Amino acid sequence: MEERGDRTALQCRQYSASCREFSVRCQPVQLRSLSAATCSVWLAAYWLFVLTQNSMVLSTAIFITLIGLIVYLHFVKIDQESLLVIASLGIQMTSSYASGKENTTFIEMSRVKDVVINEAICMQKVIYYLCILLRDPLDPQSVSEVVPLFQVTSHQDAKSEGYPLKGHQLTYLLMFGTNK
Amino acid sequence: MQMLSLKASGGQDQTPKAQVESSSSIPMVVLKVFFPSCCSSAESGLLVGHWIPEQNSAVILAVVHFPFIPVQVKQYLSEVRQVTQVNVSVLGTWSNCKKKEESLSEFLEDLGTIFSHEPWIQLCKETDSKFWSCSIIQKHPSTPKEDEIILVYYDQRKVMLSHLHPPGNLTNSTDHKAEDASKLAILFDTVAKSKVLFMKDRYDDGPIKLTHWQSEGVEASIIVELMKQASIPVCMLLTFLLSFVSSVCKSRVLKFWPLSFIWSKLSTCEQLGHRLEHLQVISSNRKAQNQPQLMRKANIFVSLLADVALGILLMSWLYRKNRIGHLADTLIPAADHVAKELQDLLQWLMGVPAGLKMNRALDQVLGRFFLYHIHLWISYIHLMSPFIEMILWYVGLSACLGLTVALSILSDIIALLTFHIYCFYVYGARLYCLKIYGLSSLWRLFRGKKWNVLRQRVDSCSYDLDQLFIGTLLFTILLFLLPTTALYYLVFTLLRLLVVVVQGLIHLLVDLIDSLPLYSILLRLCRSYRLAAGVKFRVLEQKTGKPLRLLMQINPLSYGSVVQTYRLPTYSCYPKDSWGSLCKKLFLGELIYPWKHKGEKQD
Repeated sequence: MEERGDRTALQCRQYSASCREFSVRCQPVQLRSLSAATCSVWLAAYWLFVLTQNSMVLSTAIFITLIGLIVYLHFVKIDQESLLVIASLGIQMTSSYASGKENTTFIEMSRVKDVVINEAICMQKVIYYLCILLRDPLDPQSVSEVVPLFQVTSHQDAKSEGYPLKGHQLTYLLMFGTNK
Repeated sequence: MQMLSLKASGGQDQTPKAQVESSSSIPMVVLKVFFPSCCSSAESGLLVGHWIPEQNSAVILAVVHFPFIPVQVKQYLSEVRQVTQVNVSVLGTWSNCKKKEESLSEFLEDLGTIFSHEPWIQLCKETDSKFWSCSIIQKHPSTPKEDEIILVYYDQRKVMLSHLHPPGNLTNSTDHKAEDASKLAILFDTVAKSKVLFMKDRYDDGPIKLTHWQSEGVEASIIVELMKQASIPVCMLLTFLLSFVSSVCKSRVLKFWPLSFIWSKLSTCEQLGHRLEHLQVISSNRKAQNQPQLMRKANIFVSLLADVALGILLMSWLYRKNRIGHLADTLIPAADHVAKELQDLLQWLMGVPAGLKMNRALDQVLGRFFLYHIHLWISYIHLMSPFIEMILWYVGLSACLGLTVALSILSDIIALLTFHIYCFYVYGARLYCLKIYGLSSLWRLFRGKKWNVLRQRVDSCSYDLDQLFIGTLLFTILLFLLPTTALYYLVFTLLRLLVVVVQGLIHLLVDLIDSLPLYSILLRLCRSYRLAAGVKFRVLEQKTGKPLRLLMQINPLSYGSVVQTYRLPTYSCYPKDSWGSLCKKLFLGELIYPWKHKGEKQD
């Protein structure tokens, strides 16, 4: 089951009656922006080389480009964020980066108090994001932590025009994803 | 931020665009079976494990194979229960056969009457199929609906060896521990406590044949065993040596006033004392009670080893090619150079520094006073110059005690060599401080007010005429002499701050080496399953009609949390003064001691 927004795609899979997975896929790395960044770095390096006639500048530029690319792919660029809901076990959030690294967090069902949609005012827009309220172990009535879901993809989509669709997607997720 | 909460209500409000198959009503009860992946290829038999009724989950620990005598199985399990304090019992049957055989399934059901357990789990696997079937038999079903079953595979060895770190500050709460203990903690606990069950392997000649992660043969390492045997006499020797050393240190001879003052000021002694404490922790005979203590001991040990190794490396580098000699040769000229620069600075201050006009008389007095001090200092340094090389040679030998000790010695040498700067700073600060207090008090007199010591506030006061006259005169004198003193104070404070910053950087480095938990970081790198932040689940291939299959893997702790959790405590506390109070102290001329050690009296 897929829903396509402007640049993000929501996919829902139901494995069994008590297990569901929702994944949101981001825009992949564009060749355009990559080549633009590389060209600008190398042009600057070449200009410096013409000024100083020191070939170390060029090797430094190559080094910086490579390191920067690796750091970007491994730590910054998120490819896909997914949410796995397993009844009576818990909720698992996974973010997978462009280099293949996966960051997983699992929250047990006993710690989850509720799942809500929060509104945030960001400059002149209002964005909606889904978050989980965690129970405080010492005081069962109060909320100890608020964990936002789909952090990166929510933020990305807020910049595009497709955010009313995102609100609908959130509602859809909330309706069909939180049966305990 | 406003909170808009929409609660799911079982598929009643359908959004217009969503086309989803109507979610079938989720069964009220979900039964979870945690199955060790090492038992997937075991032959048919009985499932032995721990049933947790509050969470409706069964943790399978081992499989008992045919043939067995039920009485012996029950006896063995009660022995295991006594030793491990875990409620281990027979939970069901496991059948692994080529085709479904009627006679076998009847036999397995009959076993349910011998080992009665509520509920009775029957796992069935066909040899060439990935998907297992599981059925539950409940004598008194609590709910009329059929239970949904989730099969979770876990790696028994990793779960047994791993230590779960609960998120946040859950470790500190002891009140609700029993009720709110997370399910995962119970699972990890159960497997870890059942070590006795895993000691029986298939080469044991006993009436009961088990399959678990160690059933192919109990794991052991010769090196570890040898080290365990050797560690006892080594620990005893170390304890004896350390008690001797600490008794020498605590002897009355060293407690007399000048010596005790020197020991407290030298950072080398602090560092040596710190390392002595560490050695005492390692060499104590008591076994570590729980995991944090064990990790602490291991961290201290590895950190000490690394420190000593780096120290010996440094020493070998220093003593090669007579570098110590070169160092000693450059030390005296360096001290001379510093003294000459200071003299030039004072000559500059005695002239017209930065275009400011100084009070000539006061300027000359202060300048000559400080110049004489520098002259004395240079004479002392030249007096000591023949012995410098020998002293440095022997002091350099102490680098074998560790890199931290070498760095502390370096910091102390810098402190000793710049002692004159420290003295100048103290003279300048005291003079300036007196001047500021005098000025503030006379300013109050100028305005007709007085500081009331009893009430700790400013009160008005009527002065006599002669008091006012003298007071105003003194006030004027102090005010016009202020720029000179202030300039000297400023220059020497800046020099002192420079030295403090250099010493502070060295101390930071020493602290870093002291407190870094090297063993934990190496463990996280090589055996990341030992330090678990939580678990992660992966959904395996599904087939409708068969129970849901999940793979549970250990989610290791991040490096930042590892360092934060297992940091070794150090003896220095970082300055608690904020920048604001530091600036205030500098302005008023109070002496600053930025790097205070724990245990020293606070001002």
